[in-house]
Amino acid sequence: MPGQVTFTIDGKECKAQEGQTIVEAARANGIYVPTLCYSKYVENPVGACRSCTVKINGNNGAACINRVQEGMNIQVYTRQLEDMRKAIIEALFVEGNHFCPACEKSGDCELQAAAYRYRIMAPRFPYRFPSRHIDFSPKHLVLEHSRCILCQRCVRKIRTEDGKKVFAYHHRGAKGTVEIDPEIARTMPEELAREAADICPVGCINFKGKGFDRPIGTRKYDKEP
Amino acid sequence: MAKVAGDDAVKAETASILAGYPADRSELINILWELQDRFHHIPKAAIPLAAQKMGISQVDVMETITFYHFFTTAHTGEYTVYLNNSITSRMAGFQKIRDAFEKEAGCSFGETDKDGRIGLFETSCIGMCDQEPSALINGMPFGSLTPFSVERLVKGMREGKSVLELMGVGQDLSSDPHKLARFIAPPNIRRKGPVLLGVGYNMGESIRSALKHKPGEIIDLIKNSNLRGMGGAGFPTALKWQFCASAKGDEKYIVCNADEGEPGTFKDRVLLTEWPARVFEGMAAAAYAVGARQGYLYLRAEYRYLTPHLQRTLDELRKENLLGNSILGKSGFDFDISIRLGAGAYVCGEESALLESLEGKRGEPRNRPPFPVVVGFRGKPTVVNNVETFSLVAQIIKYGGTWFNTLGTAKSVGTKILSVSGDCGRPGVYEVEWGRKVEDLLKMFDAGNAKALQIGGPSGKTISARETARKVCFEDLATGGSMIVFGQERSMPDVAQNFIDFFAEESCGACVPCRAGNPILSDLLKTIREGRGLPEHIDQMVEWANMIKASSRCGLGQSSPNSILTSIEKFKDEYMDRIKKERGALIYDFDIKAAMKESCEVTGRTPSSH
Ligand SMILES: Cc1cc2nc3c(=O)[nH]c(=O)nc-3n(C[C@H](O)[C@H](O)[C@H](O)COP(=O)(O)O)c2cc1C
Ligand code: SF4
Repeated sequence: MPGQVTFTIDGKECKAQEGQTIVEAARANGIYVPTLCYSKYVENPVGACRSCTVKINGNNGAACINRVQEGMNIQVYTRQLEDMRKAIIEALFVEGNHFCPACEKSGDCELQAAAYRYRIMAPRFPYRFPSRHIDFSPKHLVLEHSRCILCQRCVRKIRTEDGKKVFAYHHRGAKGTVEIDPEIARTMPEELAREAADICPVGCINFKGKGFDRPIGTRKYDKEP
Repeated sequence: MAKVAGDDAVKAETASILAGYPADRSELINILWELQDRFHHIPKAAIPLAAQKMGISQVDVMETITFYHFFTTAHTGEYTVYLNNSITSRMAGFQKIRDAFEKEAGCSFGETDKDGRIGLFETSCIGMCDQEPSALINGMPFGSLTPFSVERLVKGMREGKSVLELMGVGQDLSSDPHKLARFIAPPNIRRKGPVLLGVGYNMGESIRSALKHKPGEIIDLIKNSNLRGMGGAGFPTALKWQFCASAKGDEKYIVCNADEGEPGTFKDRVLLTEWPARVFEGMAAAAYAVGARQGYLYLRAEYRYLTPHLQRTLDELRKENLLGNSILGKSGFDFDISIRLGAGAYVCGEESALLESLEGKRGEPRNRPPFPVVVGFRGKPTVVNNVETFSLVAQIIKYGGTWFNTLGTAKSVGTKILSVSGDCGRPGVYEVEWGRKVEDLLKMFDAGNAKALQIGGPSGKTISARETARKVCFEDLATGGSMIVFGQERSMPDVAQNFIDFFAEESCGACVPCRAGNPILSDLLKTIREGRGLPEHIDQMVEWANMIKASSRCGLGQSSPNSILTSIEKFKDEYMDRIKKERGALIYDFDIKAAMKESCEVTGRTPSSH
């Protein structure tokens, strides 16, 4: 077929459309590559969390941004890569403040789900307990920065009608935060605010007046991560 | 109190600054510099106006502002001091100078004095490692500081002297930008080589030679010379140009990377001070070869003082029709160069982060592919090369590739300029043939007491001075030019701490391993250095360091743990010496003083030692 490429994932022969990212191509072939900052609803994947790191012809690369090519040899589930993914999830837990039992997103949180998936009991790294603020100022939203994993989904996806950024990445390094525009936060339409809350993989962007609205057992990741 | 402009005054002045610029985001950093210079911070009231002008949101303007070290939202004082805290400065007496500044100015680092006149801050390497301790004061570098000179400087600030007066610059100097630049930061050339530092240069010779060839022939000429990039990665220059020449694009750009942020490097400073026109000619040759019409010199903010000198050089080149339209009468060969400033971010030396910065954004590296030669500045094919690389291009075009090819080793041809600093008798720049042995180099630098050598800066390698037979070249010890010598008395774990803290500070924060991992390494190393570590902590550090290397998104994270890894490999005993000898009943790595600091402050008590 034109535009189709053949490649292998962990030894299994796969086919996909040329130009697809490895994450998409793997999923089309029934193989799940763990992801966190990636979302199929958000364009411009950034390769920020690195949990989709795979070996591409022997070199490490993020599966959400690298595209499949004919003859590519991809490894996803090696012990070393799985341990690296686990370490990345653990690093996220220690760099922020994640108190799952008290979080509105608990059970629907992609970070928590990843932690269950990797059976993390206690992170290997010491906690850093950063001091992060809570932003109540937006009309429809509460931003709980302690829980932000800086995936930049909201930064990439949420725009005003005239294409301006609503969220942006401020500072750098361990001081990095994602902030909302003070003016747009006051005036943004309810639907856009809901979209922002929905796109957030963790409990950072919360819609005001909503929370703990479904009983345990019916939440997204209650049955399996 | 220093007069802080009211909101209305800020708005009026901001509006008049903005009026001088087109509504183009790539001008944002220039605009922010004007605001920062004018108000000694970027006032809140200016932000909506800047956002409106650029057609972006305020939070987006803040994204750029908060990324760069030299843009601040708090007032930094009419005299803003940025003291270099890199390792070379520390070895030369950083702490004494820091104390002297605090004593004289009457305020602590991180704040301004009560009049808002003097602000004291730290920064990483400012490219003056051969003249440490050094600081920037309102953008001007002051080298070889002593407690006495600090006293004099602060006194001068209180008297309201200009920065040039503080520096002792007289009338005769201030009218000649080249002499002034040399006076501000003496070039310190210690060894002249056969290609760059020891050869005469006449303006225009290189472009004249270039125009005798067709553009494709220029690429062949560079190819035959086997020139590789001097910014560190060593990518073949001709190949890069070839890719750009064959990439589709109605516009193409040439960018010179003068970000020179790797601690310990200052050779680009010297090349730009002594032979700026040669760099520009190299850029013009690249433009001719790939078909570009516009070039940019991305100058790190720490070298901002060079701008008048560089601008004047550009004017001279334009006057001689070596830049501009139909260069030297060649119709269709139009090329000009603008200078664009950085604002304090090491990662902007990474070429794709540099392009983001040129576009007025935060300097977050892009994902590659596509590479800049295909999708570069404003999405157009762009060649990015280092200052030294362009200088070499100019020489190769003038003298031919074969001549160049006979110097150096099989895979590293020609010469390399080394920036030498630290514990040695002769710090400065050296041009040496690639392939020189460590033994020869240490003699050359007068570094008889050396214990270790840092090759290629914090992102490079630590080697022992006993590895005398190793060679500086891409085949063995590759380097962008930074060489820091450590004497016998230096503690290698302390050095490694300075390096890892540098990366933690400079990480752009986009990806998890680098953003979260480097601070974790820093904490762990601190635990060990303070005698609270266990032997297994050293193994953990190695394991985690390798993880950061393997999974980080760009070269910064991928190389950030190099110095820790090589330092442990070569000097493990120094780490073991710091390890806690007995495992007590208490939690070994618990720092009780730090844990109680806050409650002690609240209650006004001090913890007893037991
Ligand atoms: C974190 C980081 C910092 C860098 N800093 C510089 C720099 O200051 N100057 C430079 O020329 N290249 C720097 N580079 C390398 C550039 O990305 C790029 O390879 C270089 O500018 C290409 O020019 P060259 O081929 O002439 O060496 C850096 C790379 C990384 C990953
Ligand atoms: S490794 Fe990641 S966080 Fe570090 S500078 Fe590169 S992109 Fe930014």
